[in-house]
Amino acid sequence: MTTRELTCVVCPAGCRMTVTLDEGGAVLSVEGNTCKRGKDYAISEITHPVRTLTSTVPLTTAEGEKMLPVRTDKAIPKEKLFEAMAIIRKSKASAPVHTGDVLIPDFIEPGTNLVACKDFA
Amino acid sequence: MTDKKLIIIGGGPAGLAAAVAARDRGLDPEDILVLERDSEPGGILNQCIHAGFGLHRFGEELTGPEYSGRYIEMARERNIPILTNAMALNLSADREVTFVSPETGYTTIRAEAVILAMGCRERTRGALGTPGTRPSGVYTAGCAQRYVNIEGFMPGHRVVILGSGDIGLIMARRMTLEGAKVLAVCEIMPYSGGLARNIAQCLDDFGIPLKLSHTVTEIHGRDRVEAVTIAAVDEANGRRPIPGTEETIPCDTLLLSVGLIPENELTRGAGISISGATSGADVNQFRETSAPGIYACGNVLHVHDLVDYVSEEAVIAGCAAADRILGKSAPVLKSLPVSTGFGIRYTVPERIDLTEAQEDVRIFFRVRDVYKKVQFFIETEEGEVLVKRAKSAAAPGEMESLTIPADKLKELAGADCAGLKIYLKEAGGSAS
Repeated sequence: MTTRELTCVVCPAGCRMTVTLDEGGAVLSVEGNTCKRGKDYAISEITHPVRTLTSTVPLTTAEGEKMLPVRTDKAIPKEKLFEAMAIIRKSKASAPVHTGDVLIPDFIEPGTNLVACKDFA
Repeated sequence: MTDKKLIIIGGGPAGLAAAVAARDRGLDPEDILVLERDSEPGGILNQCIHAGFGLHRFGEELTGPEYSGRYIEMARERNIPILTNAMALNLSADREVTFVSPETGYTTIRAEAVILAMGCRERTRGALGTPGTRPSGVYTAGCAQRYVNIEGFMPGHRVVILGSGDIGLIMARRMTLEGAKVLAVCEIMPYSGGLARNIAQCLDDFGIPLKLSHTVTEIHGRDRVEAVTIAAVDEANGRRPIPGTEETIPCDTLLLSVGLIPENELTRGAGISISGATSGADVNQFRETSAPGIYACGNVLHVHDLVDYVSEEAVIAGCAAADRILGKSAPVLKSLPVSTGFGIRYTVPERIDLTEAQEDVRIFFRVRDVYKKVQFFIETEEGEVLVKRAKSAAAPGEMESLTIPADKLKELAGADCAGLKIYLKEAGGSAS
């Protein structure tokens, strides 16, 4: 049996959690979380950590080039963050664009999209 | 333009939330004017592209531009006028605001209420007095954030960050994702000033070392930063660098995330009383300053760690300003100062004005140090405990709050009470 200490990143409370694992690495218990989302995060973090990625892509507008903030609409596997950044760095977009518009469908994972986070006319 | 009842200085999350709240409280939108010095509303959130905003306010995790976008939309739906590229130049205690903009020229308006929502700015190298040469490549973390996220270019490739405030931690991750190598984050204190989750997801995720009780003792390089020297500091000796612990790290960029200062030049100019602990105005629970009819909210009042709390505070100020204009403010019966006892650095508000329409009052505060197993108390100066709450841990980087119920405050209006005091007791001793 082993234990791992985690800081929850789900919300700004930042709960300190202790996760107990059996010899095979399966989660036996989570302590220190103050909500269910914390427990879910702890289990996901031990078994397969994921993160929401945010970045920017160059945007062509009538007023010249601007930077469009973008995000993944679901968390993606943590080990694929740099692979995702390599794709984002080669991407471009043009105005008009609205918050929530899908820029790249099935981004990194099927069913996950890269979406715009700001409106540009 | 010359006839406005409510002027809000600043069109960021505080100013926009205050405007929306004032409108929803019954003020005509045509009587409101939001002044924004940038070319678009939204404030600093426009460059905070990371996620994590809005969990309290909207129940979902938004990026900065998405969060501010919601408030911009709410203001638009309510037809609240926002004047961009407008710089407020002067404020008087009798609510005369002078500003300049390409659209209006140089304009002075006297309003019935003014809400200060100018936000804060970053401390710079000059405030630290770090020795060494003066090359390019030394930026505040927020300045670098603007370069990367708004202007679209990288200010450097091998980076050392001084200070572990949230913006520094966020930029450690952002620059790493954009291909830079972040070599270390140095924090002079024995604990980080940033949120625990930012240490986890911005530093630990990328193996970036956090060096607590360390500072930068010298900056090297003639035209561009070539290296910085860091050293451990002696906690027992005024955090002076410990000789023999120096380490020189070759790098081209030094980012500073060493604190924020509420931007209160206009406030001071109006002769409004400023708190030494927050560097923001002294306010009552309605966020009204020492000048009647002038309110303050958001980071210009005290530096918040969550924008959700900024919006919440702005709603209080917006509603109070609207009530004043609409003649709905309840008369003040008695004013109680709120003082800080053991372990408490500051509170907002600093005073409670008891009224006939007394409501619950939520007191926000920060602790002085890192504590484990604490109990917070609010009691009268006469020793009667009004509120107490236990918590497993408290740190200066995370704002706390306690609510005093309205019925307890109503009792105080008639009682002999000189003021309130907030303090903490430790059960587990100070953490190292």
